[in-house]
Amino acid sequence: MTGIIIIGAGKAGASAALALRRGGYTGALTLLGAEPHAPYDRPPLSKAALLEPEPPAPAWVLTPEQAAAQNISLRRGAEVTSISAPARRVHLADGTTLPYSKLLLATGATPRQLPGAAGVLYLRNYEDALALRTRLAPQSHVAIIGGGFIGLELAAAARQRGAAVTLVESAPRVLMRGVPAAVAAVIAARHAQAGVNLLTGVGIARIARAGAQHHLHLADGRLITADLLIAGIGAAPQTRLAAAAGLALDNGIAVDEWLRTSDPDIYAAGDCCAFPHPLFGGRRIRLEAWRNAQDQGEAVAQTMLGGTQPFQAVPWFWSDQYDLCLQVAGLAEPDAPTIARHLPGGTALHFQCDAQGRLIAAAAAGGMRLGKEIRLAEMLIAQRARPSPAALAAPDVPLKSLLAPMAMADASSS
Amino acid sequence: MPQIIDLCATSDIESEDVIRVDREGHSFAVYHAPGGKFYVTSGLCTHEAVHLADGLVMEHIIECPKHNGRFDYRTGEAKGAPACVNLRIFPVTLAGGRVTIALS
Ligand SMILES: Cc1cc2nc3c(=O)[nH]c(=O)nc-3n(C[C@H](O)[C@H](O)[C@H](O)COP(=O)(O)OP(=O)(O)OC[C@H]3O[C@@H](n4cnc5c(N)ncnc54)[C@H](O)[C@@H]3O)c2cc1C
Ligand code: FES
Repeated sequence: MTGIIIIGAGKAGASAALALRRGGYTGALTLLGAEPHAPYDRPPLSKAALLEPEPPAPAWVLTPEQAAAQNISLRRGAEVTSISAPARRVHLADGTTLPYSKLLLATGATPRQLPGAAGVLYLRNYEDALALRTRLAPQSHVAIIGGGFIGLELAAAARQRGAAVTLVESAPRVLMRGVPAAVAAVIAARHAQAGVNLLTGVGIARIARAGAQHHLHLADGRLITADLLIAGIGAAPQTRLAAAAGLALDNGIAVDEWLRTSDPDIYAAGDCCAFPHPLFGGRRIRLEAWRNAQDQGEAVAQTMLGGTQPFQAVPWFWSDQYDLCLQVAGLAEPDAPTIARHLPGGTALHFQCDAQGRLIAAAAAGGMRLGKEIRLAEMLIAQRARPSPAALAAPDVPLKSLLAPMAMADASSS
Repeated sequence: MPQIIDLCATSDIESEDVIRVDREGHSFAVYHAPGGKFYVTSGLCTHEAVHLADGLVMEHIIECPKHNGRFDYRTGEAKGAPACVNLRIFPVTLAGGRVTIALS
C-alpha cells in the first residue's frame, strides 16, 4: 500500500502526521522513528526532567494510542538507512523496504561532538537526560562547554541540584546566536548570581582524562578540573539520508518556501531543513526551535495536500533558566543596536529594527508577563510594521495599539 | 451545596482583557469578552501551571504567556499545542456589577 512516509518521529514528524489527518488525508500514513519511544517533547529534557525528584516519563507528543486512533502507523526503533528516490522506496535497518508516494524528512539534528575528547556527555534524547540526572550529584564539579541554550539550561539545572558549575564559552559573551547582547547580559548576570563560574572569550586548548576526572586546559593557561564534562556546542542538521539520496543541501536539507526539497516527491521540516524566509528578504535560515518544528510540520502537511501557502511564521523560541523566562521573536542580530522598553516589574523588552525601520526582532528575559508583549511584537513583525522607535520605547504606548487593525482577527484565526 | 464566590467588579476588567483573582486557595482567570460577556476559567495553564492572566486575549482565545498554548475561554477547549488538556471553566453569574461563580 503506497502512501505518505514520514522519517523521524520527533516534534515535526508527529505534528505533520496529525495535520495530514486533520487536513483530510485518509491514505496510508507511516511515521518511522529510530528512537525506541513514541514522539516526545525535548524542551523538558534540559529543564524539569533534570530537576524533578523522580525520573519523569517523557512528555508525549503522540502516544501509540493516539496514533492508532488516527490510523497513523507509528513504528518505533525503525531506523531508515537509505532512500531510493527514483524508485520511491525507503530501506530500513531491519532489511525491509517500504514504498511511498510522498516522503517527508523530519530527521532533526544531532549534537556536535567535541573532537578528540572521551567521556563527554551530550543532551538530545530522553536517555541522555536520564544519564545526566544520575550524574548531576550535589557535591560534584560540572564543567560545561558552550554558552548556548542547552549549556546554560544545564548550568542552571546543575546549580539547582547543588553541583559546582564552570561554563566555558569561546565567544565574547553567552547566547551569541540569536539573542541581543542586552538580553544575554541579563541571563549571564543571573548565572553569576547563582554561583556559576562563567568564563567567556576563552577557548579550550586540550582536554585530558585524569582517572575519573576531566582536565580542561584553557587557551589562556588556566586548568579546570571537573567530575563531569558536558558539551552543548550546537547541533548539526541530520542530513545523512538526504545527502546520500542526492538532495540539495545548504546548511541543512535545502527546501523552498513550501518546504519542498529538490526532489518533487520529497519534503522536509523541522531542525533538519533550511528554508528561505519571506519576512527576511528570502534569506535562507535553519531554526532549532520547538514552535518551528510544530508549525513547519503543519505547514508541510498543507503543501503535501495541495496547499499553496508559503511558510512564513515569525521565528520564536523560549528558554527557562532559574526563575527567568527568555523569549525571542524574529531574527535578532547579535550586535545590532536595540531599543529598550521597560516594563513594570523591572523586565526590559529589547527591539531591533532594520535599516528601513521595520521591526525584525524582540527579546526579553525576566518574569512571565513578558510573554504577552513578545507575542504582540511577533504580530508586529508578521505585519512588517515600522513602529517609531519612540513608541517602542514608551511603556505607556501599548504594543497592541501599534498593530494594524486586521491583525488581531488574522492572528486569532491562524 | 455549591459555594458562591465573589470574584471582582465588572468594571475591574477592560473589554477583551483578563485578570487574575485568587480566592479560597484557587487561582481564577476572569475574562471580559468583546460584547460585554464575562467568563471564568481556572487561572493556571494545563500545560505547566503558568498564570494565564499574564497572557494575551484575542477575541475568545486566551494564549498562555509561556509557550503560547491556546484555549477558548468560553468552553475551556485546548486549541493549540502544547496545550492539549482542556481548561476548567466556571459558570458566571453577574449581579449588581459583580462577577460571581458557584464552586462545588
Ligand atoms: C535538550 C533540549 C532542550 C530544548 N529546549 C527548547 C526550548 O526550551 N525552546 C525551544 O524553542 N526549543 C527547544 N529545543 C529545540 C526543540 O526541541 C527542537 O527544535 C525540536 O525537537 C525539533 O524537532 P524535529 O522533529 O525537527 O527534530 P527531533 O525532535 O530531533 O526529531 C527527529 C527524530 O528523527 C529521528 N531520526 C533521525 N534520523 C532517522 C532515521 N534515519 N530513521 C528514523 N528516524 C530518524 C531521530 O531519532 C529523532 O527522534 C530543545 C532541544 C533539546 C535537545
Ligand atoms: S505553560 Fe502554558 S502552554 Fe506551556
